[in-house]
Amino acid sequence: MKRVNKNRIRKDPPARPARRQDTRQTKTAGGNFADKLNAYRDLHAHALFSSLGRLIDSPFTSIMTITVLAIAISLASGFYILVVNLQQLTGNLETSNQISLFLRDDVSDAGANKFADSIRQNASVQDVKLITKAQALAEFKTFSGFGAAINALKKNPLPIVLEVIPKNALEDKEGLEALLNSFQQSPEVDIAQMDLQWVERLQSIMALARLFATLLNVMLGGAVLFIIGNTIRLELHNRRNEVVIAKLVGATNSFIQRPFLYTGFWIGFISGVSAWFIVTALMLILRQPVEKLSGLYEGGFHLLFLNFTETLALIGISSGLGVVGSWAVLIYQLQHTKPE
Amino acid sequence: MIKFVNVTKRYPETGDVLRNVSFHLRRGEIAFLTGHSGAGKSTLLRLIAAMERCSRGQILLDGQDLESVKENQLPYIRRKMGFIYQDYKLLQDRTVFDNVALPLVIAGFGHHEIARRVRAALDKVSLTGKEKKYPLALSGGEQQRVGIARAVVNKPPIIVADEPTGNLDPELSEEIMFLFGQFQQVGVTVLIASHDISLITQLNHRVLKLDHGQLVSS
Repeated sequence: MKRVNKNRIRKDPPARPARRQDTRQTKTAGGNFADKLNAYRDLHAHALFSSLGRLIDSPFTSIMTITVLAIAISLASGFYILVVNLQQLTGNLETSNQISLFLRDDVSDAGANKFADSIRQNASVQDVKLITKAQALAEFKTFSGFGAAINALKKNPLPIVLEVIPKNALEDKEGLEALLNSFQQSPEVDIAQMDLQWVERLQSIMALARLFATLLNVMLGGAVLFIIGNTIRLELHNRRNEVVIAKLVGATNSFIQRPFLYTGFWIGFISGVSAWFIVTALMLILRQPVEKLSGLYEGGFHLLFLNFTETLALIGISSGLGVVGSWAVLIYQLQHTKPE
Repeated sequence: MIKFVNVTKRYPETGDVLRNVSFHLRRGEIAFLTGHSGAGKSTLLRLIAAMERCSRGQILLDGQDLESVKENQLPYIRRKMGFIYQDYKLLQDRTVFDNVALPLVIAGFGHHEIARRVRAALDKVSLTGKEKKYPLALSGGEQQRVGIARAVVNKPPIIVADEPTGNLDPELSEEIMFLFGQFQQVGVTVLIASHDISLITQLNHRVLKLDHGQLVSS
């Protein structure tokens, strides 16, 4: 608004005695505030559509640039969604702090029950669950997909397992470890294993994967920024004549920049939308095999797609990178573009 | 309207291109700027267009010292001037209408005002009816008149022309000079860089002559 007023003052130099009639007309027709606001809005609308028109006018160049960008952006969002899915996989393990006791082969079901009861007496234990050999075998048959192979075995190879759930395990790591050691000493126990260790290992692997994905996304974002910047630089070079003429007839840098910024926006926007389609297509291809694989295990895993907010963020960030990339180039280049 | 006070322009490579140039063109005054090639005509015009700043001295446009104007305000200074070039500097991929409308679009005028003013400017240079043509479809003289229409459409108080008749035959040149005379009569200050001696002697206007960067007659 400030700028509109400035234009208005400057367009009517105070002293122009010989052209009084013209000055009056300027005030009534051209100087009207609403008119100026409309003109400003029209300029933006024109820049928005003409820059899109230019992209369509040179389809080959546009498609090449946008394809490169779309692949870079879909790589970035692909890694993101991969990490999200892996997190979902480990998410339901986070609360698990149970200790699994694999009993010796010579311990009978009755002995195991007795041992379980003795553990229940322990003050730091909340609950104990007994899984007999037969139960374990049945479970394994159902979920592992090796049913036929197991039927061929003469003897059940699975041990009796006690799943011990300690009290407040997460807060008291040392206590937990002492408990684990005491179990390890018992003659009935073959192997005592703390699930938490596995969860922790898995979690640190996940943290590493997240960090890796973040670093990769930053790098790919940088690549997108530079590709768009370079595209705009070439465009500016091709239209140098136009820029020079506009400067000569009194265009401000922001006027000259506007269509180029919109070009950057469109390139980013279209690349973002294309990247969404690429990622979604890839995931549709992967969905069946992944869910089949997950069905062979616990079956609780469903492939997560980019949700609405993530899609908005994807397209928003792509468009934003387009604008920022072009802007950085324009700021530098326009200062160095002077008519000969 | 255009005032130079001891203006010197020095380039690191070539040394002084303009030396102690002083002159004053008043409102409604018309003058030729002449001199052999390399005498500094183009440099002087570039200084007026605020494309460059002088090394020493003072340039006043419409009473405003160019030295005191910030870089981002220069476009607004340029809007007070209409520039006409030997090579017309038209946008080949835009129609005559769009070319002439450019200064008005830049200045933020509304549709109706733009259409009205462009028509008036084209009428003044006798190009009515050619709005929708592209520059390449026009003759040299017509293209030059499009350039003139663009320079005056914003009704600037100053018009600066760089060899405006350089590519035109004598008859067309005369026509163009007549147009400049008309602008002068409504109070516009006109500065025409030219080495067309016959044209200059024929018209009895003020002549600023540059020789090796110095003003030898004004």
